[in-house]
Amino acid sequence: MSVIIFLIIASLFVATGFLIAFLWAVKTGQFDDHYTPSVRMLMDDRKPAGQKTENNNKIENKNTGS
Amino acid sequence: MVYEILDDSDMCAYYDIENMPGNSPKEAGLTTRFQYLDDESIRQKLITFSDGTSSKVILKVPDMHCSSCIWLLENLYKLNPGILASTVNFLKKEIAITFDNENLTLRGVVELLASIGYEPQINMDSLEQKISKDSDKDLYLKIGVAGFCFANIMLLSFPEYLSGGEEIEPQFRQFFGYLSIVLALPVFFYSSLNYFKSALNGWKQKMVNMDVPISLGIITLFIRSIYDIVSASGAGFMDSFTGLVFLLLIGKLFEKKTYDTLSFDRDYKSYFPVSVSRKTPEGDEIIPLEKLQLGDRIIIRNGELIPADSVMINGEAYIDYSFVTGEAVPVKKVSGEIIYAGGKQVGASIEIDVIKEVSQSYLTQLWNDQVFAKKQESKITTLANSISRYFTIAVVSIATIAAIYWLPTSVSQALNALTAVLIIACPCALALSTPFTLGNTLRIFGKNQFYLKRISVIEALAKATVIVFDKTGTLTRSTRSNVEFFPVENKYQLTEEDRSAIVSLARQSSHPLSQQIFASLRETPYQPVQDYQEFPGEGISANVNNRKIRMGSSAFIYHTNTEITEEHASVVHAELDGKIIGYFKIENLYRNNLPGILKHLASRFKLFLLTGDNDREKPVLQQLFDNKAILKFSQSPFDKLKFIRQLNEDNEKVLMIGDGLNDAGALKQSNVGISVSDDINTFSPASDAILDGEQFHRLPDFLEFSRLSLKIILVSFGISFLYNFIGLAYAVQGMLSPLIAAILMPVSSISVILFTTGATTFFAKKKGLWGTQPKKEDV
Repeated sequence: MSVIIFLIIASLFVATGFLIAFLWAVKTGQFDDHYTPSVRMLMDDRKPAGQKTENNNKIENKNTGS
Repeated sequence: MVYEILDDSDMCAYYDIENMPGNSPKEAGLTTRFQYLDDESIRQKLITFSDGTSSKVILKVPDMHCSSCIWLLENLYKLNPGILASTVNFLKKEIAITFDNENLTLRGVVELLASIGYEPQINMDSLEQKISKDSDKDLYLKIGVAGFCFANIMLLSFPEYLSGGEEIEPQFRQFFGYLSIVLALPVFFYSSLNYFKSALNGWKQKMVNMDVPISLGIITLFIRSIYDIVSASGAGFMDSFTGLVFLLLIGKLFEKKTYDTLSFDRDYKSYFPVSVSRKTPEGDEIIPLEKLQLGDRIIIRNGELIPADSVMINGEAYIDYSFVTGEAVPVKKVSGEIIYAGGKQVGASIEIDVIKEVSQSYLTQLWNDQVFAKKQESKITTLANSISRYFTIAVVSIATIAAIYWLPTSVSQALNALTAVLIIACPCALALSTPFTLGNTLRIFGKNQFYLKRISVIEALAKATVIVFDKTGTLTRSTRSNVEFFPVENKYQLTEEDRSAIVSLARQSSHPLSQQIFASLRETPYQPVQDYQEFPGEGISANVNNRKIRMGSSAFIYHTNTEITEEHASVVHAELDGKIIGYFKIENLYRNNLPGILKHLASRFKLFLLTGDNDREKPVLQQLFDNKAILKFSQSPFDKLKFIRQLNEDNEKVLMIGDGLNDAGALKQSNVGISVSDDINTFSPASDAILDGEQFHRLPDFLEFSRLSLKIILVSFGISFLYNFIGLAYAVQGMLSPLIAAILMPVSSISVILFTTGATTFFAKKKGLWGTQPKKEDV
């Protein structure tokens, strides 16, 4: 049964890892702005002129429509 | 390149540029306007970080309003290679730009932004060091730690709950116990730190606030648990302890709802420019405002703000004080007259001599009043805090009585009862009911475009006995007026072409009256104009489609002094092809359903009206107020402040509703200051709450709902007292087991949370305050 003690300590270490990840995320300001990144990811990186595919245009049109 | 970027983004950017005809980057104003940014002292204050080669600056850009703006602003590096990176925070409407010191100056960055239509807002306020808003982050961290420890201790306590501690092997029991102590340490020494601090502060000021019984409970829980575990006499209450702290912190989070783009603490510094052009024998130079001295001669151009009280020297001054008083019509000043700070020059450049320092001017010295030095927090004693004094006394005496009762039997039993009472009476549910009720109310108000600074404003709203109104901009609308055309001969009708000519002309001028005529005929298409001329204080003229059109005062059109006047309204005459066609009557528009609102409010509150205007509208206003209010006219900003102070001394709880900078003192002095604004993102003086002008008619609903919220809190106090009594019944007998504590504490807290949020939501729906419009919270 004493393996439980070992298990609990191991699981606590894993959990502490997640806690540290959370603290790090807060401290580096990842919760400061929860709107802009959601828009940013929808924007295409600009391709050199002339290489625009139809697909790209479609997405851009959607952006304008909203 | 600019075109490509704009082409690739979309209408949004186009539109911004379209809106400013002729305002191309090459125009003269832009080249000198940002000259002050080359000044080293200003540069250093604006730049947040700099290492030899690159600098970082954070600028406010109020003009960003859609996702394409983000796109454009984050692609600035394509417009100018000197920009290394730019990151937008849309909610705060801020952009952080890192640029190369060798290729670009701060001035260059700002000019670039201005040239593509996103002129950053730089005023005196942005120069002052901002206090970093880290309290939010701090709270997140504390909740994170508390939640983590709570969950783990809960897990370790599970065997205890299930078996009552009988079947667990002693070695496990000991291990679990010590592990929970270790996990509880960060909660005690980190997460609950603020409660101890606040309790201590309250104690020092001889005020027993809610945090005193909470701290008492927390400390007792912690020490007793350690004792129980170490002496192996019990499992301790670490689960209840951490759970309690976790829930309390969640309540703190809930009562905070910040509106990123709104600012409740603005003073005149947010509106005054950073720089001013000074005239010296060697020529004109642009100096930072703080270097402005008495006797300096400065030049004020069209649209610029007058920074300090001055004497008029040269030129024709038409000062628009709408910014200060809300009065839209510019005032004419001749040389030798004193011009008060805060006005905007309309028309050609003028030269003025500074006679008072910026901070000592007529308007700005309002901020030297003692009201602005006071800390805000102590203004309202909250309901919870006033109860907690009696609560603490009651709890401590019950605990003592229980201890004395058990003392003859055994000391340990007495201590047991004493700590048990303190633990069970820890007012967790009590402390949660206020943040959850008022936090929810605050969100409900926010949905209806009524934005509060913090939750205690709701209590102050509910307790108000007197309402003081400002007139211009508060009771009247500042942006929209009633514009009506009266032809000179009754038969004459405006044709579509006439209208188009009028709109095209009116569009050219920034004069408020022109703007209002333009706004009223917005649907009519406009055309390009030739030979546009502006005669400050008189009128404007131009050629549209080869038709000569002139609009302006009666002196301008009729060349006589016989004024055609309308009661309570401004008049603009129009002349087309040399023929006078008639005039526009522009009337201040009172807000929707104003008589109804005032009548409703008069039944409950004493009403007052304070206005800087003269009493020409007195009869109309008296009728509006149904003769039930005291009206005061020609009030200076100081008069308003003093009047409110007088009311306060008479023990009235004052609700002040105003809009202009001249109300700033009164808003601050009152128990609750609401500033009404037709454009919430741009303008509002310091206040406790900001109300969208369109929602003004709901004011009685808001007040009523605030009172209702307080009643909900009282009921939830009752509920939590009920739980406390049940718990106390066990506690005084010294029979408190960890299991009972672990059940009672969360059950009472959660039922209070459910009740308060449920009740506020239910009543909000009933009163139509719940999501009447599907508009998302875009603030």
